[in-house]
Amino acid sequence: MKCRVCREPAIIDVRRHNANFCTEHFLRLCRDQTAKSIKQFNMLDPQDRVLVAVSGGKDSLAVWDILLLLGYEADGFYVGLGIGEYSDTSAGYAQRFADARNLTLHRDDLLRDHGFDVPNGSRAAKRAPCSACGLSKRHLFDEAARRGKYDAIVTGHNLDDEAAVLMGNVLHWQSDYLGRQLPALPARAGFPKKVKPLVRLTERDTAAYCLLRGIDYLVDECPLSAGNKHLSYKAALNDIERDSPGAKHDFYFRFLDQALPRFAKEAPDEDPPVSPCISCGAPSSNEMCAFCYLTKRATSAVSIELGPKRGARKVTQ
Amino acid sequence: MKVILRNPSREVEMAGPVQVSVLLERLGLNREAHLVIEDNALVPGDKMLGKDATVEVRSVISGGSNAQ
Repeated sequence: MKCRVCREPAIIDVRRHNANFCTEHFLRLCRDQTAKSIKQFNMLDPQDRVLVAVSGGKDSLAVWDILLLLGYEADGFYVGLGIGEYSDTSAGYAQRFADARNLTLHRDDLLRDHGFDVPNGSRAAKRAPCSACGLSKRHLFDEAARRGKYDAIVTGHNLDDEAAVLMGNVLHWQSDYLGRQLPALPARAGFPKKVKPLVRLTERDTAAYCLLRGIDYLVDECPLSAGNKHLSYKAALNDIERDSPGAKHDFYFRFLDQALPRFAKEAPDEDPPVSPCISCGAPSSNEMCAFCYLTKRATSAVSIELGPKRGARKVTQ
Repeated sequence: MKVILRNPSREVEMAGPVQVSVLLERLGLNREAHLVIEDNALVPGDKMLGKDATVEVRSVISGGSNAQ
């Protein structure tokens, strides 16, 4: 295998580009594709201060690294989710990345700062763990961006993530979601701008990028994600991609070009009115925002300890 | 050759020498969702791995709340 650019020995094939690359030119490809997304979707201005949502995984660390190389002022924000050893380990990866580069990493912790963790919060609120996790992170990212006066929140969502979400929305014809599935969501009514600069890179690309850049990331999968339907969508899409290279890219980007505008026409012209949450003051379409409602349910739940006999339960506070 | 797999962590012995792409096929793994790493370096699909090689086959798929 030879690098398409320099004809030196290649270290990776990128079949959707029908090309192989050496280390130098693969890293350049990742940077160029990210810069292309930022420009194409008007994600960021050069002077923007951005807050990167960091998990300690490959995607968030890769996008943080690339944004810095592209010259952006980028700080990180990490949320401890209380998922046992997994959360402790992921925090370590995020912090080591920041420390090694003298970067600012803001940290929040669900249990310490809000009184619940994802496993107990999801049980108390009768939500799937991924749902409680996502809701919490979105709220806390928004809050951190407002507090720090950042111009945008950056997430590490990649082509696989977006294609899997699209597949889920198409399978269930979620027309309202389809009309809004853009890689850049403008700021609105108290919510900061949110952008996904890695939408032209796959998970394989971001993992390879981290390996080649010497970025140590958390490889282990979240123990609560087993059975998550997006994982099965990703597997299905990768089966298609294996036999039809470029299918994922075409599925997502042709949707953006050709189908999204049709769904967007059906979407309401105006966002629902929001007012400050009675508990935290964050903009909310309800009296109390979804995060505070989750917090209220999670922290007021009575924990139940199983007794020695089945059915004989001891209630503890 | 020794193959180290993650999620869950395990090791399997495979017959070598074998080309990287063939190794993935034998393991029933999709090349779009995995990287093969030897001595902390990425190895391309056409590389021949020796019978005494030790490689990590790393899944690159992650999922969950989709909020990063």
